[in-house]
Amino acid sequence: MANISFARGLLFGAAALGALAGSGLSASAEEALNIYTTREPGLIKPVLDEFTKETGIKVNTIFISNGLEERIRTEGQNSPADLIITVDIGRLQAAKDYGVTQPVKSEALEKVIPAAYRDPEGHWFGIALRGRVVYASKDRVKQDKITYEELADPKWKGKVCIRSGQHLYNISLIAAMIAHKGEAKAEEWLRGLKANLAKKPSGGDREQAKDILAGVCDIAVGNTYYVSLMLNGKDEEQKKWGEAINVILPTFEGGGTHVNVSGLALAKYAPNKANAIKFMEYMVSDESQRIHAEANSEYPVKAGIKVHPTIASFGELKPDNVPIAEIAKLRKKASELVDKVGFDQ
Amino acid sequence: MTARTQTAFRSAPQKKAKRIPWWLSAAVAAIGLLVLLPVASLIRIAAEGDAEIWPHLIANVLPASIVDTLALLTGIGIVAGSMGITTAWLVTAHRFPGRNLLVWLLPLPLAVPTYITAYIYVEVFDSAGLVQMALRKAMGWTSRADYWFPEIRSLPGCILVMSVVLYPYIYIAARAMFLTQSASMLEVARTLGASRIKLFRIIALPLARPALAVGVSLALLEALNDIGASEYLGVRTLTVSVYNTWLNRGSLAGAAQIACVMLAFVIGLILIERYGRRDRRYALSPKRHRTVHPVPLTGGRGWTATLLCTLPVLMGFALPVSFLLRETLRGGLLEQFDAEFLAHLMTTLGLSVVATGAVLALAVMLVSAARLSKNSLTQGALFTAGLGYALPGTVLALGLMTPLVGFDTLIGTLWRNLTGERLGLLLMGAAGGVVIAYVIRFLSIATGSLSAGLDRVSPSLEDAARTLGASRREMVWTIQIPLMRPALASAALLIFVDCIKELPATLLLRPLNTETLSTLVYTYASRGRFEDGALAALVIVLVGLVPVIQLVRSAEARPKVAESPDLATGSSSA
Repeated sequence: MANISFARGLLFGAAALGALAGSGLSASAEEALNIYTTREPGLIKPVLDEFTKETGIKVNTIFISNGLEERIRTEGQNSPADLIITVDIGRLQAAKDYGVTQPVKSEALEKVIPAAYRDPEGHWFGIALRGRVVYASKDRVKQDKITYEELADPKWKGKVCIRSGQHLYNISLIAAMIAHKGEAKAEEWLRGLKANLAKKPSGGDREQAKDILAGVCDIAVGNTYYVSLMLNGKDEEQKKWGEAINVILPTFEGGGTHVNVSGLALAKYAPNKANAIKFMEYMVSDESQRIHAEANSEYPVKAGIKVHPTIASFGELKPDNVPIAEIAKLRKKASELVDKVGFDQ
Repeated sequence: MTARTQTAFRSAPQKKAKRIPWWLSAAVAAIGLLVLLPVASLIRIAAEGDAEIWPHLIANVLPASIVDTLALLTGIGIVAGSMGITTAWLVTAHRFPGRNLLVWLLPLPLAVPTYITAYIYVEVFDSAGLVQMALRKAMGWTSRADYWFPEIRSLPGCILVMSVVLYPYIYIAARAMFLTQSASMLEVARTLGASRIKLFRIIALPLARPALAVGVSLALLEALNDIGASEYLGVRTLTVSVYNTWLNRGSLAGAAQIACVMLAFVIGLILIERYGRRDRRYALSPKRHRTVHPVPLTGGRGWTATLLCTLPVLMGFALPVSFLLRETLRGGLLEQFDAEFLAHLMTTLGLSVVATGAVLALAVMLVSAARLSKNSLTQGALFTAGLGYALPGTVLALGLMTPLVGFDTLIGTLWRNLTGERLGLLLMGAAGGVVIAYVIRFLSIATGSLSAGLDRVSPSLEDAARTLGASRREMVWTIQIPLMRPALASAALLIFVDCIKELPATLLLRPLNTETLSTLVYTYASRGRFEDGALAALVIVLVGLVPVIQLVRSAEARPKVAESPDLATGSSSA
């Protein structure tokens, strides 16, 4: 009896695999676009659907977090990847350094995207921005201005929460600090910040807001869009986390707020190159920039597009002046610094 | 006279049984090589880099992460180990309220993936989680500073979370051991007036040692393989160091070097474990054994036993499942159950079934060959099969990519030369890579289980068969495979559950537009909306429950067959 059902299971599985294989191979037959993304596809789905509706091009996606660049590189010339969508300058630069991208020359893209948010050679293009900001307790923190430097001020001793220093969002922030102050000063700052922590770094950005609500700490470091996701989601508990905090847009002394990009890159051996470029240009159209800003609460890269009301309520964003390409170069040093000061210990 | 002696010699079982057919040798070698593929590729990647990361690692990373890793593993070993052994002993050797039900409930946490339990524990026990918020409301506390509560995002928290998920590995192994051990030893000790505690200490524990070793090493490898849970809970293990080196410092070679060192460490552990067991034989004589006759625990003792056995079930199963149910209902997630969701479910089942079938076929070949002929090829292949489980999923996937794509490119080039068309990627493009990764990763569960099953069969059975003139094929089909059947069934179920839960390799190797339930959960979690993945998580658990319950059923059915006549003799002799 057990054997029969097992055999049936095998047969069924083989059929399922066959179907999978069929779908995998037939994907190249029609007008298609294959997107490898480190962003969860649900986040970009509204834009993808709209694109398909307008152009008739079928979009296939695969969501991979770690190892996306390795996979494309290993797949080599046979890779089905057309387009890479990823967040953080670190990932975009890594894709270029791995040699899995190719340059795109497009006036439409260059006109819309400020030079600071795209690769000079056209290997990657930022399409939206996020700020790394300070969440402050509504009840316990009265000030409405802060610098990143101040996070290391002993007055915050035992009052700061942050996720792992090795997380790429923090690595980029620390790299920006190195760019501003030099390595020695940045190390001193990081030690000061470490000394102020209320607890060992863990969790994600939302957990830090939750910790403020719980009274574990008074201020925390997190990304802008999380606040909007908490406040505008359907989860009542998360609303409470979001409502417990004010967002302060911090600045570097003599600089602005640390921002990072989410962006696109054309895969080196893209089999549907024309479709991929069509999609890249579509991503900076008014319409898709609007959908994107609405759905993800990121700052649109295109001037004149309205930011999400929650995000707008934080005040006007003044992005820092350190070029993000510079930040990409300092990431390795930042990561080593995190280890050196035992930030996560 | 001479002629007769020669005949006698030729039919001596140990002589002929040493040789196995060439095709089986080739198959055994191929299986060994398959597992070695990712390892070799890992070593190649490691060799490409220089040693530049090491001074930094040794100065700043390794001391702390080695301590953390060892503390985590020791903690899990102790907590999960004592949970598994204690509960197995209680339900096997005693009768107490709820015991019959608990036998069914205790293995259930096996169906819940570790990363899901970790998320749930944070949602429930974290500072702004359900429990602390309720406590505050009840007690009128306003801030975290007003009271003390254990921190879930910590090393002890991580040990607890992993232990309540992983203890069934030890429980299952220990219970099987207790059930099949001769009851006479216990009864002699009881007659001699040994206390219950002493019985446990001098009889149960030593008997359970091999099971403990197997169960604990499985649990520890699972813990070492984990990246999501420990990172989320703020524990920096060596595995986390591998990731940081790779992702933040852009050094895949460096990461591969750390992974190689970890692998060497794990191989060392496996060797030590083997050495420790080297001259113990656990073969049962072919004669039927009486199983342990459970003694009743009454009053307070009985209820204590009930409590001890209920707690792990509550923590490892009831709590996560009720949280998932709550989120599913609260978020109205049942509407997610559409055609697309069903397709993901089918993908999950399809991949798991195919991989399980493949693993079993390969494992039977390997174990039978090793039993028929203990030469260096079969023993080497058997050992190699154990390595796949020691590779963290992502590392395994990274190591597998190159050989897989190499194969695909070869076929693709051939195809293009023949037809002039672009074929694309065959294995990587069609989930073949995922299946191969599952096979490599879970092969050792099957070989371990089957070898253990066969080891306990006395060689005299086979010797007798040989003497009666059975061919090798007959020996395999009429003796070994039937004797392996229980082990085969339990291995199949374990592997199937593991395939359903597998995340890192699936994530990295699956083709376009393909999701399994676990990648679906991960997708939601990485959006910071873990709760929205509650339905997918719940379905993983429910699907996993089927084989786990089947596993219990077959494990519980076996002793009963033997028990009835034994009990009869037992009572007549009493």
